[in-house]
Amino acid sequence: MDPIQQAMLKKSHAAKLERRGKLISLFCISLIVVVVLAIFFFVASRGLATFFTNKVNLWRFLSQTTWSPAVKDASGQPQVGALPMIVGSFGVTLLSAVIATPFAVGAAIFMTEIAPNLGKKVLQPVIELLVGIPSVVYGFIGLSVVVPFIRNIFGGTGFGILAGTFVLFVMILPTVTSMTVDALKAVPRHYREASLALGGTRWQTISRVVLRAAMPGILTGIVFGMARAFGEALAVQMVIGNAALLPTNLISPASTLTSVLTSGIGNTVMGSLENNALWSLALLLLLMSLAFNLLIRWIAKKGEIK
Amino acid sequence: MKKLLGFLALCGLLVLTACGSGAGRGESITAVGSSALQPLVEAAAEQYQSENTGVFINVQGGGSGTGLSQIQEGAVQIGNSDLFAEQQAHIDASKLQDHRVAVVGITPIANRNVGVKDLTVVQLRRLFTGEITNWKQVGGNDLPVVVINRTQGSGTRATFERWVLGDRQAKPAQEQDSSGMVRSIVASTPGAVSYVAFSYVDKTVRSLSLAGVQPTDANVTTNAWPIWSYEHMYTKGKATGLTKRFLTYMLSDEVQGELVKAMGYIPISKMTVTRDADGNVQAN
Repeated sequence: MDPIQQAMLKKSHAAKLERRGKLISLFCISLIVVVVLAIFFFVASRGLATFFTNKVNLWRFLSQTTWSPAVKDASGQPQVGALPMIVGSFGVTLLSAVIATPFAVGAAIFMTEIAPNLGKKVLQPVIELLVGIPSVVYGFIGLSVVVPFIRNIFGGTGFGILAGTFVLFVMILPTVTSMTVDALKAVPRHYREASLALGGTRWQTISRVVLRAAMPGILTGIVFGMARAFGEALAVQMVIGNAALLPTNLISPASTLTSVLTSGIGNTVMGSLENNALWSLALLLLLMSLAFNLLIRWIAKKGEIK
Repeated sequence: MKKLLGFLALCGLLVLTACGSGAGRGESITAVGSSALQPLVEAAAEQYQSENTGVFINVQGGGSGTGLSQIQEGAVQIGNSDLFAEQQAHIDASKLQDHRVAVVGITPIANRNVGVKDLTVVQLRRLFTGEITNWKQVGGNDLPVVVINRTQGSGTRATFERWVLGDRQAKPAQEQDSSGMVRSIVASTPGAVSYVAFSYVDKTVRSLSLAGVQPTDANVTTNAWPIWSYEHMYTKGKATGLTKRFLTYMLSDEVQGELVKAMGYIPISKMTVTRDADGNVQAN
């Protein structure tokens, strides 16, 4: 064989390198997939044990309001009603998203449309700094500032959904803001130019063209914020009061799925009903974050700029 | 890229060897469980390690339930618990060996402005079951009662409920997962009432006496103050090796005489009564 043909048939150095790179990245992704699947399997096997091994009725789990897994009620059924926690979790999540959204959109418009220079140099770093603050710090500030504030204004103990909402509002604001900023920046320049050329004012351009075009991105940001709020444990646990009671108002102590999990898991014995019931709550959390993810994908698909 | 990969591999190798040599040098045991007992075991372990080189005693919290389940599974050498293993469901107490290292007294505490210093056991029970909703019903100021509980399954809560509530159920209320948090919330919330170990009581809250009996160490040793529990260190079967030596050290005069007192616990040797898992009290 002549040397040229030989060289052509042999794998080149570059091809080998590429093959190696492929293998390494394949290994990395399969590791992540295995970890995710393992977590799902573990949480599901523990969480479903409540219903299959301990024979708790799923509907009772979702609709009853008494959470006291160690105690059986008059009919001999364990009291594992998760409704107060479900209501608490959705309550703080939705309320904080509702409050945070106008602020986030307003701030993002200011940063991209009104004062892009100031936004880039000052506001962007500040927002990024806020993202990096650990949740325990937010919780601590909530405990020492927000809770006494609410107690003095509204009475009661100060612990409750309102305090949780305030803390989560500050926590998700930077997430929603920075994602909204990205969405607004992604709106093509010629959209704005066309609007202005047609005689639209800046306000008309922003409200009717830029915001409209960026809507899917903004919605994605809001859902991301909600997912973060839903999964936040420590900061909420510190200010919500952790009472497994159906909240009657915004300043009565309540609890969330995460707060019951973090405070209860250390005091239960693995394999017991008390422990399994907590895993069921964890499973519920996992399914909810899955739902948030699907929602984000759906929004992104629906709202693609064509 | 190649250099980076090589560097990462080297780092991994270093970490692995560091771990290996750490475990290979000397003996090490792990004690897990009760957060009420944790400070004492940590302090004792630190002293013991400074006196005996080459041993390592790893102390972790996690709660009494964790301590008992981990020792039952044999995952650790010592399981710390505020409760008798017999009291905890799903634990086979016959396989565990009990080592009582200290006694902890638990006292009800209230916010300083409730206007009450003394309650009967029945009044206290009614506060926590929700039958009394205002402090003026027990002779205090006109303030709504705000009950703060520890998390379900906490050793402190189990002890308090056993000796105050009996077989009654506490009404659902706020729950906190540490005594420190309970104290700061009771201190700052008007009308709040809760319970903590003696060592957590300070000037910011008011501890309540029960029918004239003050919550003091002396009253606990005679069982005149009934709300107390042993601090247990459980081993699976007989303790051996370092575990045995450390448990002996926990019961030595060095720990019992100074450390136990200094950290707010009551030495086991001071008790003039013995109480078993079913709550029967016998004079020593």
